Amino acid sequence: MKAKQLSKDPFNIIITGVGGQGNVMASRILSNMLVNKGYFVTIGETFGASQRGGSVISHIRVSSRSAWGPLVPKGRGDVVVTLEPIEAIRVLAHYGNPAVEVLANTRAVYPASVTAGESTYPTFEEIKEMLKKLAARVWLIDATDEAVKLGNSILSNIIMMGALSAVGHLPIDQDDFTAVISRTLPLDKIADNLQAFALGVGMMKEKRRQER
Amino acid sequence: MSYLTDKEEGTSYLVMGNEAIVRGALEAGVNVASGYPGTPSSEIIDSLAKVASELDLYVEWSVNEKVALEVAAAASFAKLRALCAMKQNGVDVASDFLLHLAGTGTRGGIVLVACDDPGALSSANEGESRYFARMMEIPLLEPGNFQEAKEMTKWAFELSEEIRQIVFVRSVTRISHASGNITYGKLPEKKRRAEFKYDGLILDPDEGVMVSPPVGWKHQRQQEKVKKVREMFEESPFNTYQGPERPDLLLITSSACYLYSREAISILGLEDRVGLLKLGTTWPLPPKLLTKHLLKTDRVMIVEEVLPFLEDHVKILAAEQAFEVGVKTFYGKNDGTLPMSGELNPDLVIAALSTVLGIDYAPVSEDYEQSAKLFASVGAPVRDLVFCAGCPHRASFFSIHNALELDGRKGFVCGDIGCYAMANRPTGYRTLKTLHAMGSGTGVASGFGKMGQFGMDQPILAVCGDSTFYHAVMPALVNAVHNKADITLVVMDNSGTAMTGFQPHPGVARNALGQEVPGVDIAKISEAIGARVEIRDPFNVQETRETLNNLIEDKNGAKVLVLRQACALSPQRRNKKNYDVRVDQTICVGEVCGCGRFCTRIFRCPGIIWNYEKKRAEIDEVICAGCGVCADVCPQGAIIREDVPKR
Repeated sequence: MKAKQLSKDPFNIIITGVGGQGNVMASRILSNMLVNKGYFVTIGETFGASQRGGSVISHIRVSSRSAWGPLVPKGRGDVVVTLEPIEAIRVLAHYGNPAVEVLANTRAVYPASVTAGESTYPTFEEIKEMLKKLAARVWLIDATDEAVKLGNSILSNIIMMGALSAVGHLPIDQDDFTAVISRTLPLDKIADNLQAFALGVGMMKEKRRQER
Repeated sequence: MSYLTDKEEGTSYLVMGNEAIVRGALEAGVNVASGYPGTPSSEIIDSLAKVASELDLYVEWSVNEKVALEVAAAASFAKLRALCAMKQNGVDVASDFLLHLAGTGTRGGIVLVACDDPGALSSANEGESRYFARMMEIPLLEPGNFQEAKEMTKWAFELSEEIRQIVFVRSVTRISHASGNITYGKLPEKKRRAEFKYDGLILDPDEGVMVSPPVGWKHQRQQEKVKKVREMFEESPFNTYQGPERPDLLLITSSACYLYSREAISILGLEDRVGLLKLGTTWPLPPKLLTKHLLKTDRVMIVEEVLPFLEDHVKILAAEQAFEVGVKTFYGKNDGTLPMSGELNPDLVIAALSTVLGIDYAPVSEDYEQSAKLFASVGAPVRDLVFCAGCPHRASFFSIHNALELDGRKGFVCGDIGCYAMANRPTGYRTLKTLHAMGSGTGVASGFGKMGQFGMDQPILAVCGDSTFYHAVMPALVNAVHNKADITLVVMDNSGTAMTGFQPHPGVARNALGQEVPGVDIAKISEAIGARVEIRDPFNVQETRETLNNLIEDKNGAKVLVLRQACALSPQRRNKKNYDVRVDQTICVGEVCGCGRFCTRIFRCPGIIWNYEKKRAEIDEVICAGCGVCADVCPQGAIIREDVPKR
């Protein structure tokens, strides 16, 4: 299959969050959707010890021409999807550039040092301001809150993928998502995931409509 | 059916590097696979176990890497094809047998896959396994991308069978744990039958006995194999060159560094100035091929992880061929152009190329860089590694810490390899004071336990996990009991090899293939060895602490406390709460309590958060695993746990 040319090649997506938020799963599903569209995709991820409360980063390199390495070079992130708001700030320090776009879940997961009172977690307003200064566009998405309403907080990762698909950089939609999860997820999980993805698409469409 | 067993040739899948290695082994018709779990290698045996019944393979998680290699070698001796997988330090463990195996030679194709962890992303070291290939005088292959990980593994079996020697394939975290598209080849139809022949003459490689003596003769034969391999490597398609005929600089690289180098050259636009020689066959190096490329230019940069393995060998070769290739200037690890510790990445290669070629490169403006750094320092507080919510280790170390404090003689814990190694951090109350190899906690403790003679009166504890107990703690415990070392070993039995993904171990009555097998009991083994043994549930913090103090005071040699509680992420506990936990906001008096925010500041379970507005503790429902231990820890009794109604 001939893949559609992307606005940048390689197109670099970074999915970040905290161990246990379904980061790796989200990057797998997204990448499989893109592979099905004929792209070369390389995923680089850090997991292992980072499952235990640490920051997790997945690098997704998408190209219509060739396979790239598993690590995005400094300053070369195109889109950052974060499952935890301050993780976007952490990632932008290395991979950010004035043209980067950020999709951030608003639900905070406090580092142990913050809970212990040894460091402070920025306010929501501060986070928003920092992200806006570092990125060309920032979308804040209440993915965890919506996922809890669906009955399972872990679905926030799928809501974020739905939102990403609706930004328009990547030629993927709900059908591509359905095709991937019907092959990879157990039957009893499919309905919830489809609903979560659609919810993310809807939330992003609404945000983009408001922007106009 | 797994996508790894898709019979259709030419189909393409997105797979992990480790899965690409698995597919390569399947295409080579592997029959037997063994290993010991260790990040980043575990998915190799995990994936092979999943397809074992479909493809009639025998796959096992062995007790340790040395035994794993012995099991794989037996298959090779019986003319089957075998793969053995482990992380870098596994090769250290297996190396005694590996030396002898390299001496006897092998029969059916046998491949040792070692996954190194440059940068120690999930290791307690960044040891290099490549030197073993050199030391054991066996061929070394290093895949430079995902497709190659498959092709190389497949070819490694053929090479091994042709030269009757084990072949070493070395991967790294950024290949093993990264993913990319690969295109499948054919799966073989042919089945092999196992038979071990031993009736031939002693030096007959196919029908003689498999022994390393007569050493002189066998060693010479082994070195002839290396010479043959060197010739074969001259023509290997795994060694590639991209770039001009007369480059300003020749960049020689291997493994994941090939991808970083290629990208660095592309970003700096150096395609016309830098020649990129990617080597897949990294020991023994093919001298003619190297000579050909060294002739292209006088400046050579070597990019690799972690130590200057390739660099040193290229330099030796350049010295041997000095008359032909002339004088070279080398850039790499030894001259500091690239760091000699930690993992590399495209940016470090960009920096090295920029320095050597005098190029200015800034990925973003200074303004952007400064604000981004500032925001990260104020807006993104560090996430220290912590035990998960509901982790039994937190409860165990809480009791150990309290027992040692009560004892008051500056007792300490000798640590071991597993999640519980994090007990040197605040999450484990900093109780862990030594950390080395698998099983070393008990061995080191055994030594400390004999220092009473020299006036030492500190209580000595060691910890280990259940899988670690079988892997390497058993001999150390025998040593401690036999030599009457006064130590207390705490075995944190969480019912599986938790850190690497719940692989079964000998204590579990189920093997890698899901079959029922005899479980080997840790408490009974310890008793049989002669230690006093107690068994407790770490979630009962009061009883655990009392037992610990009692054991520490017992001066009759080695004692063992088995703390049994499944990992919070284990299939049996995941998403199942024992208790609904909440903070009674009328009882929690917050900062005026005098407890000093004990639950959030000291106990530090991520399931408990501090509400800075209300100045009270709260339970984060999304994170809490419902173990209920915090209810016993709160001095006010403000944390309430209630049984989850049975459904």
